[in-house]
Order: sequence, then structure tokens, then C-alpha cells
Amino acid sequence: MNDMNVRSCLLCGVGGQGTVLASRIIAAAAMIKGFRARTAETIGMAQRGGSVVSHVRIGTDIPSPMIPEGRADILIGFEPGEAAANLKYLKDGGTLILCQEEVKPITASLGQSGYDGRTSSEYLKSRIDRCFTVDADRICRECGNPKVLNVAVVGALCASGAMGLTLEDVDKALEQRLKPKLVEVNQKALRMGAECIK
Amino acid sequence: MIELLMGNEAVAVGALAAGVRVVSGYPGTPSSEVLETIARRNPGWVHVEWSVNEKAGAEVAAGAAYAGARSLVTMKQMGLNVASDPIMCVNYIGVKGGMVIYVADDPGPISSQTEQDTRSFGRYAHIPVFDCDSPEQAFRAVQDAFDFSEKHQTPVILRSTTRVCHSCADVDVPEIKKPEDCEGFVKDSRWVIFPKLAYEAKLKVAGREPLLSDEFSDYLAGAGSAGGNSIEGSGPVGIACGGISYSYVREAIAGHEENFTVLKIATPYPFPAALARRFLMSVDKVLVFEELDPYIEDALIYEYGNISLDIDNFISGKRTGTVPAGGELNANLVSDIIYEVTGKGAAIRASQFQDMPELPVRPPVLCAGCPHRGAFYAVKAAVREEQKAGESGFTQAIYCGDIGCYTLGNAAPLNMVDTCLCMGAGITVAQGLGHADSETLNFAFTGDSTFFASGITGTVNAVYNQSDMILCVLDNSTTAMTGHQPHPGMGITMMGKRVEPIDIAKVLEGIGVASIRTVDPLDLEGSVGAIRQAIKETGVRAIIFKSPCIAITDKGTPCEIGSACVGCMRCVNEIGCPALIPYETDKGAKKVRIDSSLCTGCGLCGQICPAGVISNE
Repeated sequence: MNDMNVRSCLLCGVGGQGTVLASRIIAAAAMIKGFRARTAETIGMAQRGGSVVSHVRIGTDIPSPMIPEGRADILIGFEPGEAAANLKYLKDGGTLILCQEEVKPITASLGQSGYDGRTSSEYLKSRIDRCFTVDADRICRECGNPKVLNVAVVGALCASGAMGLTLEDVDKALEQRLKPKLVEVNQKALRMGAECIK
Repeated sequence: MIELLMGNEAVAVGALAAGVRVVSGYPGTPSSEVLETIARRNPGWVHVEWSVNEKAGAEVAAGAAYAGARSLVTMKQMGLNVASDPIMCVNYIGVKGGMVIYVADDPGPISSQTEQDTRSFGRYAHIPVFDCDSPEQAFRAVQDAFDFSEKHQTPVILRSTTRVCHSCADVDVPEIKKPEDCEGFVKDSRWVIFPKLAYEAKLKVAGREPLLSDEFSDYLAGAGSAGGNSIEGSGPVGIACGGISYSYVREAIAGHEENFTVLKIATPYPFPAALARRFLMSVDKVLVFEELDPYIEDALIYEYGNISLDIDNFISGKRTGTVPAGGELNANLVSDIIYEVTGKGAAIRASQFQDMPELPVRPPVLCAGCPHRGAFYAVKAAVREEQKAGESGFTQAIYCGDIGCYTLGNAAPLNMVDTCLCMGAGITVAQGLGHADSETLNFAFTGDSTFFASGITGTVNAVYNQSDMILCVLDNSTTAMTGHQPHPGMGITMMGKRVEPIDIAKVLEGIGVASIRTVDPLDLEGSVGAIRQAIKETGVRAIIFKSPCIAITDKGTPCEIGSACVGCMRCVNEIGCPALIPYETDKGAKKVRIDSSLCTGCGLCGQICPAGVISNE
């Protein structure tokens, strides 16, 4: 942990991708481990397909729920353009977990903007040394559930070591926060996500 | 038991711990989760209701407090404007049971029309204000606010802001015990406001200010987390702050604390003057960090003038242009300003990257399958057809909207919201437009929840004052934007009770609206036909577009686009559904595909496809 004994994770994506649940699971796992936790999420109008971010901070004395720019230990991008837009938060030498599937905004469909997800992905991979990609499509397909992506990225977060949390810590949080019948498939996704960190 | 609670949830749990008996409110981001949490955790003895609007909610809470029960009314800052009428009077009347008015402000603003500051409202209204800076502090503050309210027989405002409302922290949740039964209403002339009583009450609420201020100067927090006001540190540079800004200041000065003395104001009104003077006397210079109004800054300037120190360059904040007058603060900005003004601390810098590729521009949009898209498009198409037919007598059609998901109808390619002012205003703004220029064709769009909250009086106004307009009620059977709260048209209350739903068409009929049609907005032809009929009529006409929000219904079979797609882009350019994705084939041909994870199978695109290749059958 840094001098404030805080570790910080910023999750970003598009409204509806499940960043809120992911941040709550990380916080719950940290609390089970005996840390304190704070989160801050985008709720409201932006959830309608807009850009969303969730802040999660864990440690012993967390001054603010909001991560300052340049202070995130790890950035989880559920969408490549959103990851690029939030790169300013990532500290020097920080970890990036990247889902490469593009979510096309209406503005691009209407030709009002020229956003292209592949360009963003390539840029991120070339600029960030600790950039790990998560194959969201394959994991969701093999788990037979399109909603496990947000747990898979938490698996990658554990394996990266950036937050000091283990898969077993998160297992307990999943048991605490999910319906019993969903625990097993999410634990599978968690491990598949962890395998993406090599 | 320790739980991860959102700020709003912490307020709810704190209110339950304080023995609240009656909870009312109207949904509005970022305030809604307080009431929802109380309903979810209702131990059985709390009456919880989504009131029809904030004014109604405040009056319900006042009535309960008159009877001696502890009551809570919740709203966002815009809702406080709606509730001002009763709140500006109940401050004079006072209460018997504790009454807490929870108001969530929205610096930025992130999901509101204004950056108004409820602390300033509290000062204007002579209502004591408690401020929240974290979930665990909010949990304490709401309990202290109830005690304070009862002790001084005054309503109390508990103010929070988005980043506190929607941030989570670990909070120790106690067991909730049933409060004792309240005394009940005791008849007394004190409950009836008359000019003479109001005069005496004014003297009382203004006169008590110094006493309450002294009480607040002694209302102190433990270091870091819970409770009231605080002075931390003993460095030469003074920093004054309150609410979420306190957390940014802590982050900004971390590792350099010895340079600073930090004053946190948790009770902005009446301002804790004695505490503030102690702070002012102990430092060489003051920097003030707060969002919205320069409230703490002005109060400090006032106190500083009173103790006649050397004012020049002593207090810096919004008034000196040092801190931005609007928008949110953050730790980067706060640390930057502290370093620049005092030379102390260290600026926290954002990471820099060069040659960034083009980033996505992603404004919020109506969801794929949203019935509002069908309604807006049908009105647009009907007006276009009437204009083409050449029989229409209007110069232009104007579309007045208001607050809800349907405000998003303003986005391209629909472009169907020309005005948006506040809840229910579309109905009445349309009337004014028509009175100013009778050649225009004026549409008002309002949602079902908004119609009940503040559309009915505007509709009565239209009929009574002989307006010429078309009222479009977008009835999606929920309060969608704020998270699907029940409303009077839905037949269920927040207590989970089934009740007779209030029928919008019958309400309109009772008011005397000239013609009322109910259509399915996802049936384009039927909707366009009904709208064209209404355009030909005069007076106040209503069309109810009835189709449930996609978030509360099962998803239908997604549509597919056949290989015969001619790539005309009509579907994308006309309705702008986020499930429609343009792409190029390997041979470079333009086509459109449908994202089956988003598509609900509403079929609207299939109804406008000239090639007839979109279907889910």
C-alpha cells in the first residue's frame, strides 16, 4: 500500500455493463479481509447508455471515495474507448485490465464522431506496460451467462495483485452478495478472468 | 453488524435507528435511495410513501410531526423548490415530533437543472442545516438532527450531495428498536398560521439564531469520521471546508498535515460562529473549499469582519476567484490550489498521455426498445405528413418537454425536445407559446409520474384558459428515470399494498379535455393516425402513449436484419436506436446489423425499413 495505506481501483464502461456490482464485490471482499472500503458510482441519467465510472478504495484510512487523477493502482476498462478516456486516473506503472469489445455510441452510428474501439485498444496496449486483456466474449460463452463479465474482471484484478485481494477473498464476497444458484458460475468466471493475467 | 452502505442507505438506517415513524418523499436523483431503503428495511411500524410530489410529501411529514411522531421527507434540491410553500411556513409553526427534511444537492450538476445550494435555503428559511460528508457521518448526523429538531421544536434540514449520497462505506448498523408511541395531536392555536402568529414566530426563529450557533460551536466530531464540526491540526495555513470537500482536502494534504489547520463545517446554519472565530484567530491565512455557493466563505468573511483583523488577502475562495464558482471539486484541483496559494503541500497530478486516439462521445440515450422513441417518432412523422399534405394551418410545431427519461428525446436524430424547464412545465410552457403566437402547433410531452406530480394543475389551467395544444402523456407505467418507483397510476404503494390505480384518461376526462386517445407507441401507423386526427382538432387534446418501460418487462425476441439490407441507413438516421449498428461488409457494402443483446424486439425499425427486411418472426 502507498503512504496513505489506500489502494484504488477505477472501473469504467457504458451504462448497463455492470460496473456497480463489480465495485461492490471488490469492496465486500476487502471488508471480509478486514480492510475498510469506500466506493463511488455513477447513478442516474448517465446509466442510460452513457459513460459510467465506479471508484473503489480499500485500506485502513481512506480520505475520500473519489480517486484523484494519477492515483489509481488499477484501471478496469469494460470498453476500450472508456478505458482510454479514463487513463489519466492510472498512476505511473499501474495495471490496466482491458475488455476489447467496442460498444458503438449513437454519435458514431450517426457519423457525428469517428470513434473506433480497435484504435483505442491498440493505443492502450502500446502505451501501458501492465496491460492485460480479458476475452469477455469467450468467458461469457463458456460460462453460458452473458452477465458474468463483471466478475471475470474482478478475477483478473485479483491475479494482478494490484489490490492485495485473492480469489478466495472474492469467493466469500460472491457467496455473501449473490443468489446461491449464481455463485458457482461466477466463481468459474472469476477464475477464467484470473487466467487472463500472464 | 458492519455493512457496506451507500450514503443514502446510511441516512435511512440512521433514521430508523432514530425511531422515525412516517417517511414521505418524491423520487429524484441523487436522493431516491433513502426512502427505498426505509421501505425495504421497514420493521413494520413505519409508514412509507412516495408522495405525489415534494409539496405533498413535506405536508404529510409536517402533519405527522405535529402529532409528535418523528417524520422524514426526502427530495432532491429541485424538489425543495416544489416543497418551498409548506417548508417556508412550517419553520414558523414549528413541530412537536422531530422532523427532518432530507435534501440531496447535485454539484456539477450531474443530473439536475441547477446548482442551487440548500445550505443557503436553510439560512433564508431560518431552518437549521446539518451537512453530510461521508456515509458514516451521515448515519450519525441524521440521528443528531432528529434530536436537535425535537429539542428546539423546529424542522431541520439534512443536506447531502451526490458524491456522499452515492458513495459507499462500511457502517456499523445497530439493531432497530421500536420507538414509543407518540402523544398524538393536541389542539392548540399554535398550529394555525395567522399574521400575528407569523410575526411572533419570525422574532423567535431570528432570535434563537445566536443560541443555536453557540450550540453548534460545541457540537464537535471525533477526528476523521462521525458527528459534527471539527478543527483538526494546528498549522499556520487555515483550510475551511464542508461536505465532500472535506474528503478532498484530507486527500490533498495527506503527508503534509503539519502545515495546516482544517475547519470542517457540519452545521452550516446557524453558522458556528464561536468555533469559526477560534479557527480564524489561530491561522495566518484561510483557503475555503466548498461546492455550490460560497456559503462557508461568506460566513467566515462576516465573522472576520466582526473580529476586525487585517482582512487583505486573508480569506481566499470563490469570492477571490481562487476556487471555481461552479462545478464539482476534486482532490487534484484542491491540492493544486493549496500549493499555488500557500506554497505548502504538493499538487496531485493526473497522468499525461500523448497522441490519444479519438474518444467515444457517449451522451445518455433512450434505451433500445424504449416506447418513448416510438411516441416521439410518431409525432414527428405525423407532423411531417400533415405539413406535406398541405392542409395544416400552422407555421411550425414546437415540442415542449420536461423532466424524466423522455428529456432524452432531445438527442439526435429525434430532436424532439425544444424546451425543458422543470417538472410539469412542458404543459404550461406550451400554453404560453400558443398565447404568444397562435400560428404555432404546440405539443407538450409529460411522463405518467410527472403528470401526477405536477401535470394535472397545468392541464386544468389549459382547459380553463382556453389553450390550443396537444398533450402527449408518455405512460410507461413507472417512474423510470429515478429507478422505477411506483406512482398513483400503478396500483401499488410503497407499503406494498395493492390499491385502485388512478386512470390518467379518466382524470383528463374529468378535467374536460376535448379529445382523449390512447395508443400503443410501438404501433407506428396507429399512433400517426391518432396524432394526425388530433392535429386537425382544436382546444386541449390529449394522446396517451401507453407501453411499459423495457426495464420492467420481459425482453421479446430480438429482431434481425436480412441480407437484403440495402444499407440506406434510414433506420439509424430516423430513430437512432442504440441496437442498430452500421457496418461494412468485406466487399465494402454498407449494411446495418442488430445487437441482439440490446434489442427488445419492439419492431419500430421494421416499421420504417423501406426494404422490409427487419423482423423477429
